[in-house]
Amino acid sequence: MTPVDRAQAATPLDLALIRGIAEELKPLDGALLPILHAINDRFGYVDERAVPVVAEVLNLSRAEVHGVVTFYHDFRRAPPGRHVVKLCRAEACQSVGADKLFAEVEAACGDDGKVTVEPVFCLGNCALGPAALIDGNLHGRIDCAAVRDLVRT
Amino acid sequence: MTTQRIHVPGDAAALSVGADRVADAIDAEIAARGLDATIVRTGSRGLFWLEPLVEIDFGDGRIGFGPFDVGDARALFDAPEHHPRRLGKVEELAYLKSQQRLTFARCGVTDSLSLDDYAFCGGLKGLHRALEMAPGEIVDVVTESGLRGRGGAGFPTGIKWRTVAGAEADQKYIVCNADEGDSGTFADRMLMEGDPFLLIEGMVVAGLAVGATKGFVYLRSEYPHAFRQLGRAVAVARIGKLLGNDVLGSGREFDIEVRLGAGAYICGEETSLLESLEGKRGQVRFKPPLPAIEGLFGRPTVVNNVLSLAAVPTILAEGAAFYRDVGMGRSRGTMAIQLAGNVKHGGLIERAFGLTLRDIVDDYGGGTLSGRPVRAVQVGGPLGAYWPRELFDTPFDYEAFAAKGGMIGHGGVVVFDDSVDLACQARFAMEFCAHESCGKCTPCRVGATRGVETIDKIIRGEHAAGNIDLMRDLCEVMRDGSLCALGGLAPMPVLSALDYFPEDFVRDASVAAE
Repeated sequence: MTPVDRAQAATPLDLALIRGIAEELKPLDGALLPILHAINDRFGYVDERAVPVVAEVLNLSRAEVHGVVTFYHDFRRAPPGRHVVKLCRAEACQSVGADKLFAEVEAACGDDGKVTVEPVFCLGNCALGPAALIDGNLHGRIDCAAVRDLVRT
Repeated sequence: MTTQRIHVPGDAAALSVGADRVADAIDAEIAARGLDATIVRTGSRGLFWLEPLVEIDFGDGRIGFGPFDVGDARALFDAPEHHPRRLGKVEELAYLKSQQRLTFARCGVTDSLSLDDYAFCGGLKGLHRALEMAPGEIVDVVTESGLRGRGGAGFPTGIKWRTVAGAEADQKYIVCNADEGDSGTFADRMLMEGDPFLLIEGMVVAGLAVGATKGFVYLRSEYPHAFRQLGRAVAVARIGKLLGNDVLGSGREFDIEVRLGAGAYICGEETSLLESLEGKRGQVRFKPPLPAIEGLFGRPTVVNNVLSLAAVPTILAEGAAFYRDVGMGRSRGTMAIQLAGNVKHGGLIERAFGLTLRDIVDDYGGGTLSGRPVRAVQVGGPLGAYWPRELFDTPFDYEAFAAKGGMIGHGGVVVFDDSVDLACQARFAMEFCAHESCGKCTPCRVGATRGVETIDKIIRGEHAAGNIDLMRDLCEVMRDGSLCALGGLAPMPVLSALDYFPEDFVRDASVAAE
């Protein structure tokens, strides 16, 4: 099974809530991104089954919504782990060992499904690299041990 | 006696090394001792190796303590004059004293979310002046100041504004490009977190100048703290009548919405940003029409970088001549240089154009963090050139950098020590371009992927000479044939690496033979 299939099989999805989010944000100009962000924040990802609902509310084709969901790196297609670790892999952090850190973190906590490790390209903390965004909080001068501590629970 | 103000930065970078924990520890100490003191959350001064940097005014200018640790809180009240973290007067620190802070004058100084603090320290002066002027006069002042877009392209801001001002439409927009995606840059973030009213004021002035009543800030989602901070600032600004249907009691209207990007580097390109704001895939548009004529939702739109808009209040308040008289050549005013990467003293350096790279990297930076020799710098983000020390005499100026095949871009300077492998960095430039390409034009979409494959062959030592020729040829196609700057500039880091660090591309051919 692909991660997307697994997500669909495992979780009943509150489509009414998704419709509610879409209806609420619909009045905004260019509402699709705010709606997808709200769904992604609420569920941790944008389920395939949300696409036709959002499309209907905004009077767009499914293809248009699918196209937008898949264009942007932020919108996950499957649920993340309990912790999300976004490690910066851009040049300023590379210069202080980000590639090595990414490999270490992936090896230390990347395979049990509890922690989702994702690359990110610049967090704006380039003078205090390596930088990471862990569960929404920015960290500077981080190392593998510190990441592990933050995702222990 | 007045309440003692203790300043602790609330900037994301300061938080990333524990500023909130420090604030809590100081707060606990204040409570335990029953002191008449309060903590004020400011932005950052941009001296990041000193963060968290706590500041207290004992009556003769603010004294800094940093980098501050939770355990340092007690001594702050026991014997501040002998505190181990005491740095002396912050304004006298050489790193700061030598700067010309126009845009960042208040950043790290004032309470970021206090409109009273903002107005008391010179804020709103520019807007008050603009409200007394005809729209055309505002555009004239900005044009005469010589301000050029700080996002990277350096296009004259006044000319852009004039085009939008002259366009007829029922609705016009001011769009602030806050998609600060270049690695090594953080000035937009610092300003939005530390002095958000300056950006808001700049956008209101832009609206008055061109006849727009609605503004959007398109902020990258990698900056969640700035998003929260800007949201709070907009709310405060509405209450304080800086925004709304009666700006500062003038009867004029302007309001701002803050929107989040979604992790696409390409959305820093202005037309792609507009597509994204409209709720579409962030694909680059063909130009013409220019966004100034047909921009957001097909309406005339000013798209300016955060720092361009934030420079406007100073220009209005102090006059075009004041701003124009700072700088060199056609690069007028100050530039927010951001020093980052493997460097001892990374941070924000706002100075007139014209500082050399040597001044920046050696004098301000103090060498590498690792203590090894500086081998290369990349200036201008992931699409900027890699330069060796031989070019460090180049002054920081749009034209001087362009003349040597580089660009200053948004002002980021990333330092690398001698462990850097420029073939790997060149590969990354192509990989990044492939990862972030919007897919609209072939040279970028296909070229970047072919570029990665070709560099891989060079690294493996396969037909190195032939593949380097092929690489140069591919770079020419991408540079001349791409629709926007992503594909058009991705060759810059690659070619500079090949030109200045050819030894890194000479690999052991026996690897290929295995």
